[in-house]
Order: sequence, then C-alpha cells, then structure tokens
Amino acid sequence: MTDKLTQNKQENNDYLVEVQSLVKWFPVQTTFIDQLFSKERDFVRAVDGVSFNIRRGEVLGLAGESGSGKTTIGRVTIGLEEKTEGNVLFDGIDLSTLSAEELRKLRRRMQVIFQDPLASLNPRMSLGDAIQQGLKIHYPETAKDHRDIVLDIMEKVGLSPAKFFYNKFPHQISGGQRQRVVIARALVTNPDLILADEPIAMADVSVRALLLDLMVQLKDELNLTYLFITHDLATAKYICDRIAILYLGKIVEISELEEVYGHPLHPYTRALLAAVPVPDPHDRRKEPMPKGEIPNPINPPPGCRFHPRCPYAQEICSQEEPLLRELRPGHQVACHFAEDFLNA
Amino acid sequence: MSTSLRRFLVTRLLLTIPMVLILVTMIFFVMRVLPGDPIRSQLGPRVSEEQADALRERLGLNRPLYIQYFDFLWDMVTLDFGTALTQGERPIRDELGERLPATIELTIPAITLTAVIGIFSGAYAAKNRKKPVDYIIRLLSIAVYSIPIFFMGLIFQIIFSVRIPILPLSGRMDTLLLTNFTSITNFYIIDAILTRNWPALWSVLMHLVLPSVTLGLALSGVFVRLTRVNMIEMLQSDFITAGRARGISENKLVYRHALRNTFIPILTMLGLQFAILLAGAVLTETTFSWPGVGRYLVERIQLRDYTAVQATIGIFALFVAFISLLMDILYAFIDPRIRY
Repeated sequence: MTDKLTQNKQENNDYLVEVQSLVKWFPVQTTFIDQLFSKERDFVRAVDGVSFNIRRGEVLGLAGESGSGKTTIGRVTIGLEEKTEGNVLFDGIDLSTLSAEELRKLRRRMQVIFQDPLASLNPRMSLGDAIQQGLKIHYPETAKDHRDIVLDIMEKVGLSPAKFFYNKFPHQISGGQRQRVVIARALVTNPDLILADEPIAMADVSVRALLLDLMVQLKDELNLTYLFITHDLATAKYICDRIAILYLGKIVEISELEEVYGHPLHPYTRALLAAVPVPDPHDRRKEPMPKGEIPNPINPPPGCRFHPRCPYAQEICSQEEPLLRELRPGHQVACHFAEDFLNA
Repeated sequence: MSTSLRRFLVTRLLLTIPMVLILVTMIFFVMRVLPGDPIRSQLGPRVSEEQADALRERLGLNRPLYIQYFDFLWDMVTLDFGTALTQGERPIRDELGERLPATIELTIPAITLTAVIGIFSGAYAAKNRKKPVDYIIRLLSIAVYSIPIFFMGLIFQIIFSVRIPILPLSGRMDTLLLTNFTSITNFYIIDAILTRNWPALWSVLMHLVLPSVTLGLALSGVFVRLTRVNMIEMLQSDFITAGRARGISENKLVYRHALRNTFIPILTMLGLQFAILLAGAVLTETTFSWPGVGRYLVERIQLRDYTAVQATIGIFALFVAFISLLMDILYAFIDPRIRY
C-alpha cells in the first residue's frame, strides 16, 4: 500500500483524477434551541452530483460565481473535506478507503495553492522554514539536503536571490512574492496534482500575468496537473486546457477551452462570456444577462437550477432537470434548449 | 538592543511614573476620607483626648496634610516606605520583606497553573469543537470563573483537609516544624532547600497545594475561553488548511502552528490578569491564613494604617506596571511582525 501511495505511476490510466457523481452537503449551522424544536436539519447543497476527470498533465478549470461550489469540489478532490456521496479517485486510489495516516502520506502528491497568500502562510515562520516543511514531513531521510532543495526551488519560482528571502517573514515581502512562496511551498514535495484555488485573485493586476506564466512554465517543467479554480473566465482562458462551468453545485457545461469559448451552448456560459470585458467599445454585448442573484443553495430551484434567472427559460425548465448531454464531440452541456445555440 | 527598543522602554518607564503617582495619591486621600483613624483603631473609643493627641503627635499625624503627602511621596521615591502606624510601628520595608515572598511563592505556581490549564484545555476544546468535551470544558470554565475564590477555597478545604484529610487546612507550613526552621530569604521553599530541611520542604509544598490550586483555577476560566475562541479562529485560517494539505499531522497543527499564533492575546490577558491575581491573592490568603501581602493589606486597612496601606498599594501598582512592560517586550520575541 505504501508503495502505491508514494510512487508516481504514469501507466495504465490516462486520468490522474476521477470524480464520479460527487455530492457534498453541509449541515446548516443551527442554534441549540432550533435543534431542540425541529427534527429536520437543513443542508447547503454545495456540490450536487458532479462528475469530471482530469488527464495527466492537463489544466482543468472550474469556473463559476461565488457559491457555485467550485472551492468545495477542489477541497473534496484533494481530501481536505469529506465527500457526502460519490467517488473521488486519485491515480486510481479511492480517497475514502484511506486511513488518516495513508491520506496524510498521499498529500505529498497533491498540493494546494490558496487565494490569499498572506493568510495561508504562518506569520511566525520564515519563508525558508515554511517551504522546507513539506520536505521535513515527506522526505525526512534527506534532511541534510533540504536547505539546498529549498533554495533551488525558491530560485525557480523567481524568489531571487533565494538566500536573501530564505530568512524573511511573510509580512516583509510583497503580495506577488508571497504567492511565489506559496507556489514554491506546494512544489517542494514534488507533487503530481496542484489544486490552485483562485491563485491570482488577490494579486495586483500587474503581477497576475507573471504568476500565470510562472505556473504554466512550472507545469511543463515539472510535469504537473492543475485543477484551476477561478471566477474569471479571462484568467481561465490564459491557462486552462479544459473548463467546466459550474452553477449552484452542478456542472452546466464542460469541454475543451476553445470549444466552450468558441461555441458556448449554455445560456449561463454565454452570459458569463459576454460579461468578460472586451477592449473594443464597438463590440457591445448582445447576450441577454441573467436576472438577479444566484439563488439560495439550501433550497435550490426545481428543474433546471438556472431557470429563474435564465432569459430563455420555458415551462419545462422549471419541471425537468436537464442532464449533461454531448452535443459536439467532447462537449457536454446541461440545457433543454442547447440545440438552439448549436448554429448560433 | 536597538535604539527604537530603547526609546520604547524609556517611554514606557516614564509613563509608569504618572500612573503610579495618580494611584498612590488616590489611595492617600481615600484612606483619610474613610471613617475611623489609626489612633482610634488602636486605642479604642474610651481613650482620653490627651492620650490620643500624644499618639497622633508621635506618629506625625498632627502635621498638615500636604506635608504628610509629600513626606509619603519622598518615602516612595527613596523606596524607604516609612514606618507602619500600627502593630509595633515597624519599618514597612521589613514587614513587606516578610510578607511579599509568601505572596510570590503563592502566585507563581498559581499563574503557572492558570496558564497551563487555560491554554491546554482551551486548545483541546477548540480542537474538539462542538463535541461533548468542548461543552464540558466550557461549562467548567464558566463555573470556576463565577464561583467566588473564597468559596472555592472553602469547598476545597472541606473536601481535601476535613473529609479526606490529605492536605493541610491553612498556613505556610507545619507549626511544629517552625521551631527548627531557619528563614533566610523568607521564600520558604528556597530556605528549606538551602538548609536541607527536607521535612520542612515537604510541608511547605503540601501547604502550597490548596491555595495555589484555588487561585490558579479561579483565574483559568478566562484563559480557557480566550484560548478557545482564538484557536477556533486560527484553526480556520488558510495557513492551517495549507498545512493540513501538506500533510502536517493534526496534533502538530493544533498545538504547534495554531497555538503559537494565539500567544499574543493570551499573553496580553496574562498581563492584565496579573492585577486580578493580586486581588485574588488577597482573598486566597485570607481564606487559607496565608501570611502574605494580601492578608497584610486587609489587616492594615481595617486598622486604618495609612502608611502601610499606601506603601503596599504603591508596590502593587509598580508590580502591575512592570509586568505589563515585560509583556510588551515579550511580544516582540513571540511575534516577528512586532518590532519596536
């Protein structure tokens, strides 16, 4: 078992990650008094039946508004949260079959980069120590080389000169540098999968492109696979190979990046893409915008979850839930009227 | 030491002066406004005016108030503290020299216990948030916080020295052992070790258990809650999740990474609680007949011994000011973000 956990095996399976009908419900926090008087508990249906695979070496984007469940999917995928139902396989290993200790060992192979680099660094730890920690946990036998490995990886992510940054603390460096530290910290254990949860959302616009370039370059260099979470389709376009559009805990559309951007088939995707600013004042948006806000995930709308906001909604949309259908090769969409957009 | 740290220390020390001055001034006048005076408290109500005047003159209480005030201030500045007005009119410095070690011997184990109980059960409760153990710890912390110290002391006395007589009821050590006990520093633990008087050491330690546990437990309630709240917040922060994602073990995350980052508010509270600790020591010492400064203060307030009360409270104020300064310096060592 240990071998299976620690060895990177590249054969017999195209997919590094397989997520099958994943469901994650969070119980709603209730007060003690409420618990006394009502038997039923409410649940936030953060993720409600989501399936996707990530190929080795691929960047899969998860895009959606806040509350669409993208962060939860990411966390469940790397075992930071327990699923409610469904299956998550990492390199063919079912995460739910692992003991806490086995999961802890497996974490070497799946690392995470959070949105807020300052919050995700221990304020009392020097940058060098923070990066080195992953090595201490997962490679205790090579302790004497740790410092060199850390310095090496710091140079690699652009923290140069590394010796200068090694003893600095998080509050002493800039936001962009902090995110580089977080990236270095994730890479130091030599992982296969990186969960990047809006990794550039907090960075200044001026350094976003630099960080994305760095992530692309490191991916090619180190043979990484990314699960890239974003709310910004412009960012996704820059880095993703495939993209899944989420709405209220469900995938509404998933395909190759060019497919989704070139032939969006779901009204929600079309609206999101139309909302991306275009640097041309004459190129005005023609797509009708969704009405109102994203609904409450405790009681999602019946039928198609998007129907109360959908400009094209019809009778059937509020009654029958549309399933994901493949309308173009490799292009799945969940909308009753997606065919209408096929030739649009 | 950097120049800015030196500047910070000097400023803080200078600020201590008006603080202590205001406090001792208030005490000086409040003591004199209180009904009763040291003459009546000693000689009783049926004494002739001449006798009272004679004593008043001997104690210097017939002098104008402002002269007494400046006299007192001078005594404080020179750390001489003057002489007590009652109970043998001994130099206050000698009296406190006997009492202060007793109080310190009581408060150090108490505050240590407070910190240990408070921090660890708070962290444990936070780790097991919303589980039964969390509710139990929270309930107990409110209980020890809300039970008056003297009442808790009485309960402990009844249980552990009356019903199950395993611990002594009161005092600092067995009176029988006092006859061949030589006191050098007035810290009985140190004295017993210096004179290799092992039975006395054992007796001193046993006498220390109930009062220090009472005082320590009473103060720990605040720390349990403070630690718990801060830990819960800390455990939800991204760097803990990031650590978990890297495969740091859960215990290490809780007790190393999260706990260390909650030390600042805990340390602040520890500094603030020090004043309450001294107040608690007054009650604890009274309950356990502990011959410390607290009981001394209560006695002398009742006797309206102006000089003794003023000096004692002045020393309390200096202590509190010193501890809070110490805390401010410690911050910089604990948190690399804080620099003076």
